Amino acid sequence: MLLKPLRPALVLLIIMTILTGIIYPFIITGLAQLCFPAKANGSFMINKGKVIGSELIGQKFISPKYFWTRLSATSPLPYNATASTGSNYGPLNPALLKAVTKRIDDLKGMDSLNNKPIPVDLVTSSSSGLDPHISVASAQYQVPRIARSRGIGEKQIQLLIEKYTEGRTLGILGEPRVNVLKLNYALDEFK
Amino acid sequence: MTANGIFQIILYLFVLLLTVKPLGLFMAKVFQRERTFLDPIFGPVERLIYRIAGINPDDEMDWKQNAIAMLIFNFFGLIIVYAIQRLQQFFFLNPQGMSAVSPDSSFNTAVSFTSNTNWQGYSGEMTMSYLTQMLALTVQNFVSSATGIAILVLFIRGLARHSATTLGNFWIDMTRSILYILLPLSIVLALLLISQGVVQNYSPSVEIPLLEPTRDVSGTTVTNQVIVMGPAASQIAIKQLGTNGGGFFNGNSAHPFENPTPLSNFLEMLSILLVAAALCYTYGVMVKDTRQGWAILAAMLIIFIPVVFCTYNAEISGNPKLSASAIDQKTSDINPGGNMEGKEVRFGIANSALWAIATTSASNGSVNSMHDSFTPIGGLAALVMMHLGEVVFGGVGSGLYGIVIFVIVAVFVAGLLVGRTPEYLGHKIETYEMKMASLLILIMPLTVLFLTALAVITTAGKAAVFNTGPHGLSEILYAFTSQGNNNGSAFAGLSVNNPFYNVTGGIAMLIGRYWLAVPTLALAGSLVRKKLVPPSEGTLPIHTPLFIFWLIAIIIIVGVLNFLPALALGPLVEHLLMVQ
Amino acid sequence: MTTQSLDQLKRPIGLTGSMYMHALFYSLKKFNPILMVRNPVMFVVEVVSVLCTVLWIQALIGYGEAPAWFIGSISAWLWLTVLFANFSEALAEGRGKAQADALRKSRRDASAKLLNEPTYGSLYKTVSSIDLKKGDVLLVEAGEIIASDGEVIEGIASVDESAITGESAPVIRESGGDRSAVTGGTRVLSDWLVIRVTVDMGGGFLDRMIHMIEGAKRQKTPNEIALNILLAAFTIIFLGVCVSLLPFSLYSIEAAGQGNPITVTVLIALLVCLIPTTIGGLLSAIGIAGMDRMIRHNVIATSGRAIEAAGDVDVLLLDKTGTITMGNRMATEFTSAPGILKERLADVAQLASLADETPEGRSIVILAKEKYGLRGRDVHDIHAHFIPFSAQTRMSGINIQPEGKNGKRIIRKGAADAIRMYVVEIGGSFPSTVNLMVQEISRLGATPLVVVENKEVLGVVHLKDIVKGGIKERFSRLRKMGIKTVMITGDNRLTATAIAAEAGVDDFLSEAKPEDKLKLIREYQKGGRLVAMTGDGTNDAPALAQADVAVAMNTGTQSAREAANMVDLDSNPTKLLEIVEIGKQLLMTRGTLTTFSIANDVAKYFAIIPAAFATTYPALDILNIMKLTTPESAILSAVIFNALIITALIPLALKGVGYRAMSAAQLLRRHLLIYGIGGVITPFIGIKLIDMLLIFMGVCQ
Repeated sequence: MLLKPLRPALVLLIIMTILTGIIYPFIITGLAQLCFPAKANGSFMINKGKVIGSELIGQKFISPKYFWTRLSATSPLPYNATASTGSNYGPLNPALLKAVTKRIDDLKGMDSLNNKPIPVDLVTSSSSGLDPHISVASAQYQVPRIARSRGIGEKQIQLLIEKYTEGRTLGILGEPRVNVLKLNYALDEFK
Repeated sequence: MTANGIFQIILYLFVLLLTVKPLGLFMAKVFQRERTFLDPIFGPVERLIYRIAGINPDDEMDWKQNAIAMLIFNFFGLIIVYAIQRLQQFFFLNPQGMSAVSPDSSFNTAVSFTSNTNWQGYSGEMTMSYLTQMLALTVQNFVSSATGIAILVLFIRGLARHSATTLGNFWIDMTRSILYILLPLSIVLALLLISQGVVQNYSPSVEIPLLEPTRDVSGTTVTNQVIVMGPAASQIAIKQLGTNGGGFFNGNSAHPFENPTPLSNFLEMLSILLVAAALCYTYGVMVKDTRQGWAILAAMLIIFIPVVFCTYNAEISGNPKLSASAIDQKTSDINPGGNMEGKEVRFGIANSALWAIATTSASNGSVNSMHDSFTPIGGLAALVMMHLGEVVFGGVGSGLYGIVIFVIVAVFVAGLLVGRTPEYLGHKIETYEMKMASLLILIMPLTVLFLTALAVITTAGKAAVFNTGPHGLSEILYAFTSQGNNNGSAFAGLSVNNPFYNVTGGIAMLIGRYWLAVPTLALAGSLVRKKLVPPSEGTLPIHTPLFIFWLIAIIIIVGVLNFLPALALGPLVEHLLMVQ
Repeated sequence: MTTQSLDQLKRPIGLTGSMYMHALFYSLKKFNPILMVRNPVMFVVEVVSVLCTVLWIQALIGYGEAPAWFIGSISAWLWLTVLFANFSEALAEGRGKAQADALRKSRRDASAKLLNEPTYGSLYKTVSSIDLKKGDVLLVEAGEIIASDGEVIEGIASVDESAITGESAPVIRESGGDRSAVTGGTRVLSDWLVIRVTVDMGGGFLDRMIHMIEGAKRQKTPNEIALNILLAAFTIIFLGVCVSLLPFSLYSIEAAGQGNPITVTVLIALLVCLIPTTIGGLLSAIGIAGMDRMIRHNVIATSGRAIEAAGDVDVLLLDKTGTITMGNRMATEFTSAPGILKERLADVAQLASLADETPEGRSIVILAKEKYGLRGRDVHDIHAHFIPFSAQTRMSGINIQPEGKNGKRIIRKGAADAIRMYVVEIGGSFPSTVNLMVQEISRLGATPLVVVENKEVLGVVHLKDIVKGGIKERFSRLRKMGIKTVMITGDNRLTATAIAAEAGVDDFLSEAKPEDKLKLIREYQKGGRLVAMTGDGTNDAPALAQADVAVAMNTGTQSAREAANMVDLDSNPTKLLEIVEIGKQLLMTRGTLTTFSIANDVAKYFAIIPAAFATTYPALDILNIMKLTTPESAILSAVIFNALIITALIPLALKGVGYRAMSAAQLLRRHLLIYGIGGVITPFIGIKLIDMLLIFMGVCQ
């Protein structure tokens, strides 16, 4: 009774390993490279023949002339795409309050005249630590600072934001959002 | 809650329900060995597999033979997953040069993936070679979920047959669930996901220049960003469909490469419950009373839907500790608002809450947001969904046989209430059945409570805690609840990649899977022998709203009452402290 | 043997003061842990009571984890919880004991006349009944007590069986046929009997009865075992909950930076409140009381299993005569032959029946009086000579010879074919119209009785089987419970169809032979049905042995009684319906109390959790929705409620949940409302009241 299942167990495991562990992913890879080569390879943005980043992976920005992305808890540096993670701060964790407060201070420090409340996504860290998006509200919040440091009109920046705003899929799924890397590239292109 | 958020949730439920009947019917055909449209493709493969493996396609086995087959098969799988991790540095397809995984982590991961838990103590992109991801992890994603489905199918036959001894053949049910169900669905889903931007390649990591150089913690300037690659889509598809949940990347389905768009999110979320929901219909077809399947699905949904909305409401209400005038937590069309810590902007609150409840109810364990950062009530909801024993949808196969155990307990007490020896689907529920059912409902709470208690009084257990206060207890409770129920999600702040948690968690997962699977098969073996008791006027109808209500009451009483004190000292008190 | 003992058995034994005292005494004996371990729930309570008492003693000498009065009160109430559970069981057993004692008194040592040869008139020697063994042949004469169960092999006698049946009218026992069984302990009133002993000493019917009544508590039924397993599982889980709570409490103190760890006393209190003590404490009382209810209906079941099976019965096989119909046919109508006045027919039929003491005869007299105002006359006044029914002629009647006059009237009534033969014999003719009438009446399910005066056929009297009053309603109740009724009759198909329709049975078996019954049972059982039947004759024995619930009439033969698993002392075939109800009641009582017990836990959590962690997390006081005054009063109230609810439910456990005929779904709804929802709400009120009382009395402040 104990010996009889040994052969099917072993043979089936080997067959399934070949089928689902080798054949299946290779077929999918083949089809992916054939049908969606750009998507399957990281959705990279190319500028003048050079990869300038992935539209799916966010980057950290610190200077006032760029739109800032969300907080990132990856280590050893934010937006480390080899070590995705969230902050895992519980809602009562003092460290959470500290991080949020610091972020508020940073934002206010660059833009002391702006008294509007800061949209919450801009002061909290994302789940992956690589969130390429911020909310439209967060983008709009940053407009005065960028306008000032770049010396361009807020109107133009608003137009850029609108251009790089991704709406809900079919008007239903997900949340409207702005791809920060694309927007910042557009800013650099603009001026 | 916003109108759009509510609509997204309703749309999700609607699409899910649309799939139940066609997929359920198709699966019933597969397990009743009827011809399907996939036969021309997989029929020859199937026959070839049986020939090589020495399986007689007409052979039937009793419960013991099936249980032994299942255990031996899973044991071999466990050994191989362990061995590949320990030896990955010697193999090819390791462009990042990953070294051997530690023994305790390898043990934990091996148990985790064979038991359909997919708890991940490690970080995928920093630990596993592509070969390990494919040969060890992807394969187990398939065979562990196929094992769950096969056990379910054997169990269903125990209920569908009378005065018989055999339940079917584990080898065949497992092979057929991979060939005709999991593999085709995975291929379709993987391609859809790739179209959304999920990566699928064998390239090494790519280094790209940053638009604006930044600094790491030590103050060194960093000008490049390293982006990891890999055959992610093929693994993610089965990870979602087979209620596995083990991410290719550490960020799991929050990682933009694993879940890039709201549409990919919708598809992945649908896949979490797809097979488990449809199996209810399969069940109804196979026991020749589809009302039974619908009744069970109804019970699941009646528990599921309020919890989703409760979580959504808790998360969108935000964190009162942050409600300083400087922060705008109010939801609007341009601001997702709410508790955004540990959530992605593209998904917002509704999709994060819905995913959290879907993944915990279905023992999937994948996440698109960090549960550790949820509001206390949101985290409580996720915990409760697992405390219910992973029977609201639950793991593919295991969830349904789990809820049928609850049905049997409910039928037993209801039978007493109406003065008749209880019977279910024409099988008398007697001492042996109650023995097995009692065993099945008491093991999980005892395992979870004992291991949590052990962790909170040992140094190794306490040292791992990340968040202070009552949240620390929640973290530990969540870890063992998740592993003891083969869920795999985590309050990820807890540092679990150490010998204490790897070993205790591994034990919890082993118990949660196999200690439950074997009595389940034994129960089926006893039920299948029973003479048919035809329904009469005096038979309690078990598809009525009243019985569904009773079933829900039993599930909640057994699930929640056991954990109420622990929940009171964890998330509940945290909530009270938060709103104070 | 006196009629006193029979009365004792027949009358339901009420709960007397002395029984309470006895019960109290026995409940103290039940504290023995060796006995207690059979009941896992209460065993756990006993163990923790000991533990709590130790803690109390520790507190008394100054090392208490909590105030001594608090630990002391908790442990006192824990002991009371065990006592109440024991008491319920002892009380249930008490009734049985009293009944057994009554029976035992009647079974004194009788002497017996052991015959050398198994024939009347053979020599005998007198031996003690204790020395009798199976196969011995005894002589019992008038006035003597039958020493053992046996079978009459010679003689006929009237026997007083009141000791067993409670029926004071003597019964006839004779060799051969269905009236050959005699029971040990009964008394021969007239004549003599030669009896072959059919059981060994101690295995007799009376012994079995005593044994059964006393032993009701000893064997658990399968369903009870299954429930016990479930309750044990709950107990183990809650044990895990409480044990793990101490580490959680320690951790929480570290996390909150304040408070004291939960005390063992509170953990024990929580444990006892959470485990299903209500049903655990009452479970065995319910089972014993079920047996007891059977006995009070004068039904002796051979096992608790049989009672449970009775609740599950799907098909009842009922003999028509005696069960469904009165057993006697009654005249319902007169139909006269052409040219004959109805009044004349009625008058003649009445005359023919004046001296006929059979129920049929009396019913004819009454019908004639009611329909045509004909008064009954005295047979002697009219110089008549009554001709009783005989098996040869199959007629009865009357010969009237008026004094000094000619015109002798010879009146006969009887079955159609008998009368036809008679009329033809005396030179008359049997009109074809009457023949048609006879056929028509048969078709309607009645029996035609033809009346003839001299050579003239006057007409037909309809004799009908009268269906018992209320039986149709009972059957429809059974139908609602999902039980199918099948009538068994020797009548032809026509008659059977008519009666079946009138009585409202679901199906019938006409022209049934005993073998047919057995076949029918087997068929139903093959279809997975549970079949119940009653029987009395020897030829019923195979069917009784085959049926799942087989009730033998006490008047029945020994073999019938042996084959059955229940014996109805009243020999009332309708009793089957009550037996089914009692069986259902037994299961329902278990189910409702289980539901109630578990539903209670919700309120107890709300009482104990905030109290237990008051020092660590004062915020949890929001859970104290009952607004219990202090942590101590809250915990104590929950424990007291938990103990008192057992006593409060003892009457329900002993009496059983009221039975109502409704569909399974309706019953479930009703019981979930009362015992499920009620079980959630009751303790909130109860615990609050006890808390207020404790404060009022100054026990806690």
